[in-house]
Amino acid sequence: MSILLADISKNFGSFSALNHINLEIPEGELVALLGPSGCGKTTLLRIIAGLERADQGRVLLSGVDKTHQEVSARGIGFVFQHYALFRHMSVFENVAFGLRVKPRSTRPSNEAISKKVHALLELVQLDWLHDRYPDQLSGGQRQRIALARALAVEPSVLLLDEPFGALDASVRKDLRQWLRNLHHELNVTSIFVTHDQEEAMEVASQVVVLNHGRIEQQGSPSAIYDHPANAFVSRFIGQTNIFDLGEHDSDWLQAAGLLTPQKDGKIAHVRPHDIIIEKSRAEDNAPAMVKDWQHLGALIRLELVKNGSNSSAAHVFAEMPNDQFKELQLNRGDKVDLKIRQAHWFH
Amino acid sequence: MSHTPPKIVPAKLALRQPRALQDPTWVRWLLTATAVGFISLFICLPLGLVIFQALSKGISTYWSALTQDDTLSAINLTLLVALVTVPLNTVFGVAAAWAITRFDFKGKSLLTTLIDLPFSVSPVISGFIFVLLFGAEGWFGEWLMAHDIKIIFAVPGIILATLFITFPFVARQLIPLMQEMGNQEEEAALSLGASGWKTFWAVTLPNIKWALLYGVLLCNARAMGEFGAVSVVSGHIRGLTNTLPLHVEVNYNDYDVVGAFASASILAALAIVTLILKTALEWKQATR
Repeated sequence: MSILLADISKNFGSFSALNHINLEIPEGELVALLGPSGCGKTTLLRIIAGLERADQGRVLLSGVDKTHQEVSARGIGFVFQHYALFRHMSVFENVAFGLRVKPRSTRPSNEAISKKVHALLELVQLDWLHDRYPDQLSGGQRQRIALARALAVEPSVLLLDEPFGALDASVRKDLRQWLRNLHHELNVTSIFVTHDQEEAMEVASQVVVLNHGRIEQQGSPSAIYDHPANAFVSRFIGQTNIFDLGEHDSDWLQAAGLLTPQKDGKIAHVRPHDIIIEKSRAEDNAPAMVKDWQHLGALIRLELVKNGSNSSAAHVFAEMPNDQFKELQLNRGDKVDLKIRQAHWFH
Repeated sequence: MSHTPPKIVPAKLALRQPRALQDPTWVRWLLTATAVGFISLFICLPLGLVIFQALSKGISTYWSALTQDDTLSAINLTLLVALVTVPLNTVFGVAAAWAITRFDFKGKSLLTTLIDLPFSVSPVISGFIFVLLFGAEGWFGEWLMAHDIKIIFAVPGIILATLFITFPFVARQLIPLMQEMGNQEEEAALSLGASGWKTFWAVTLPNIKWALLYGVLLCNARAMGEFGAVSVVSGHIRGLTNTLPLHVEVNYNDYDVVGAFASASILAALAIVTLILKTALEWKQATR
């Protein structure tokens, strides 16, 4: 089901949580609402669900105005960050809840409910836990049960509020992959909230970047990474080096011969992997020095210090494949030449 | 170098715990003896004495004291008061706890404070307020008199006073629990299509039921045992407006020792049953 948000605003007292949000999500997408904490992403999700009321604006699901409809009538599935499983009910009863509370005319028979619940538990690969209680499950298991419970009512839209936020790193990695696959299988329009850009890039087919209650950019993960609409998005999505031509960086960049030809603004954002390093032959006026490096698996991140500068902005980060790093045979303190392959310019 | 602090901390902890348990034997004995002695002297002894005095002239005298018309009517009135006030305050307590923990509204902190008012005001003053409101000289006195409605020195006054005295118990038990639980389970139920009413019965109530029962139990114990406020509004009319605690006092003032202690033994038995149920409920809550 497609989702259309038209001019949504929401204030909490004098704090403006959402500011004229317009957003269209086509059917079948898996969308990440990405932003730093306090940017309004959870509030927006809760407004779509009907758990929160917008001060102004409309929420349309499949073209039908649902702005004033109660949460129980919207036909959405909601997964909470802390699972919110019913603690006094078994796993089976948790998943069956949405079916049992249907009005008598549309409620399935007990056998049908049982069949459906077991099918859902198999979908999340946890049927063997059906008679356990929530407090006997691990975090990852609870979150999968919460998802099965939300799916039981066959929601037209699935909303997930920081679904992996409370899990440890390894479980989170597994569940991300699993959610992606599940979405491929079910193809239900889904929105999840996250503050983790890596998670958003890895799982979502569309990413919506929010900041201070406004949408900064919407697009596919690669579009957002390769063509950030503004400085905030560029900084938020992945690491970036920031060079300010208005300040001291100008001289240094010129001296280092680093100015890229297509200059279009005052501030250059350069991804670490867009900086190419070579050992310098001209020792004395080399633009940078190797300070340290870290192993990031297949990549090495080099920490460089700009020549003739002592401020904290003097650091430049560069990344290169592991084998290339070995070939260069760099040591701490080595002078290096830099080349910038590509930069994003902002004003 | 950096690994030294974590090494020291567990060692300190490991030492500290046993040291706390290793108080000198005489200190442990003294503390235990003080606690046990105090409880024996001020709780077990009086309780034993009540039963001893009640039975001092034999079981048949005890039984006839209990089955006197005045005693029976006091028991009936006490049961009636509890039967009316406990359900009303249960509903009020749940509603107040719900409002305070689930909604934001102006005057919320004032409401939270006011719920504690009956705990902080002397019961005699609570009773006196009702006399000022509904008594013959009170604000509504003339109007009530004209319409031939009796509140003070009658059963409605006793019920009102007890209602006022016992209204914090249920709410006080529920508010901290419901605050700690948050409302995500309820939001989940609503998102799954449940109505508000269904959500309350299927999700909220099962989560709060032990705390609710605990509050009801305390509320009931107080409703049956309240003396001060009820004493002011009842007028002590034998066989009509005497609850059990008042009946005990009346008998005692009449030098009817067996009668007084026989009635008192019922209240004492109620206290013991309450304590046993309370312990059972606490155990039940802890094991969940």
